[in-house]
Amino acid sequence: MTGLRYILVTLMFFVAGFQAGAAAHTQQNGGVDVKKIIFEHVKDSYEWHITTVGEKHIAISLPIIIYSKRVGWEVFSSSVFHENETHKGFFISTIGDNEGKLVELDEYGNEQRPLLDISVTKNVLSVFITSFVLLFLVLYTARWYAKRKPGDPAPRGFIGIMEMLITMVVDDVIKPNVGKKYRKYTPYLLTLFFFIFLSNIMGIIPVFPGGANVTGNIAVTLALALSTFLTINLFGNKEYYKEIFWPNVPTWLKFPIPMMPFIELFGVIVKPFALTIRLFANILAGHTVILAFVSIIFITMSVNTYIGSGMIVVSVFFTVFMNVMELLVAFIQAFVFTMMSSVFIGLSQPEHRH
Amino acid sequence: MSFLLPEAGLLFWMLLSFGIVFFVLYKYGFPIITSMIDARKKFIDVALTNAKEANKRLKGIEEEGKMILENANNEQIRIIREAVKAKEDIISEAKKIAGDEAARMLEEARESIRNEKEEALRELRGQVAELSIAIAEKVLREKMSDGVAGKEYINKLFDEALSVKENKQ
Repeated sequence: MTGLRYILVTLMFFVAGFQAGAAAHTQQNGGVDVKKIIFEHVKDSYEWHITTVGEKHIAISLPIIIYSKRVGWEVFSSSVFHENETHKGFFISTIGDNEGKLVELDEYGNEQRPLLDISVTKNVLSVFITSFVLLFLVLYTARWYAKRKPGDPAPRGFIGIMEMLITMVVDDVIKPNVGKKYRKYTPYLLTLFFFIFLSNIMGIIPVFPGGANVTGNIAVTLALALSTFLTINLFGNKEYYKEIFWPNVPTWLKFPIPMMPFIELFGVIVKPFALTIRLFANILAGHTVILAFVSIIFITMSVNTYIGSGMIVVSVFFTVFMNVMELLVAFIQAFVFTMMSSVFIGLSQPEHRH
Repeated sequence: MSFLLPEAGLLFWMLLSFGIVFFVLYKYGFPIITSMIDARKKFIDVALTNAKEANKRLKGIEEEGKMILENANNEQIRIIREAVKAKEDIISEAKKIAGDEAARMLEEARESIRNEKEEALRELRGQVAELSIAIAEKVLREKMSDGVAGKEYINKLFDEALSVKENKQ
């Protein structure tokens, strides 16, 4: 009963907070652009907006690193755009495909992206934070193990959870899917699992340093998929390449027109895309649904304050439900990505057929 | 921003970060953890095997103990029986010795009584003889006081004594 009371009090705080925030937001903007709200939260940006107190935006300015044909390498802080709209001819676009991206004008006055933009954006900073946290957690766990002997008591608490996760991934995912040579790939697949899991969890946390949509960004999932793609194809054995370029099918299917090799090669290229899109779409959809539920408050508030106040309870309930669901999704997506990578790696190590 | 177009910058930083994280964890992280977990698994397996073996041995020892206990019980029963028998033998022998001794002592007592009786009889006889002699002396003295009657009485006694002697021969 005490637990239930705490939950209800917390929900009441949420409701009160949402009501005040929503009322202010709708008064400020006059109307609600849900699409804009959602996109602002899930897209990447050159600064990390933390909160707004009255008229003041509290945000972390991030370094912009670009290479342009016009000026060469340029490094400056994104805070320059708080005072001026442009900086050395660069500005943040507000329209078209480049909306929210750093652009410059070409000789015809059209917006164009710099040749190279490796700015430390919100997602990049989140990746750094996740990497740092992951390194800390795993190295701390490794240090704990390094100081102990096999006969010592089993770990408890945080180390116990880490061991449980590692054992589960190794025994249930890596060993059965990769096969005999699983030890060689275990560190990579464990890094993959923990990186995705931690990124997903950080994405659910609504305040800094969480809240960035890292694994819901296609560049991040593509990078992870590319890593798996490289692992598969760099360490695939002879039999794997034989099955791609000279598969065990009737000769007319592979010569003179290499139909089967083409299909196999297509399969090789499709695998990382499957990994990329699946994780990206799932996480993006999760974030979007949560934000959509939160937006119900703003929409109903703009229509009628009384209906809006009533809808806050429904909205908070669904948001909490979705957040809990997202916790499960965070684990499942990390698990599935690791499992699919393990399966693909296992397929690149076929046994020789006689 | 188009969601389906990957940003080169984020891709670059992501690959770099992930690469560094993977390298560090490959070198100093996961191998230490997994090897230790494997070592502990092996340790547990060995410990379990040893425990099973120990249990097996313990069962053997228990069986052996039971057998030893049973043998000890049997031995105890045998010893008790022997002791009881020995006790009975000792008692019976003691009884026999005691009986013999008692008989011997009884015999000695009888002998002693008999001797004492004989002694008493002898003493009695002596006293009777003395008394008889004394009485006879008195009688004789009285009878011998008359000379004729005395002589006749001596002759009569002499005849009687001769007849007794002849009868004895």
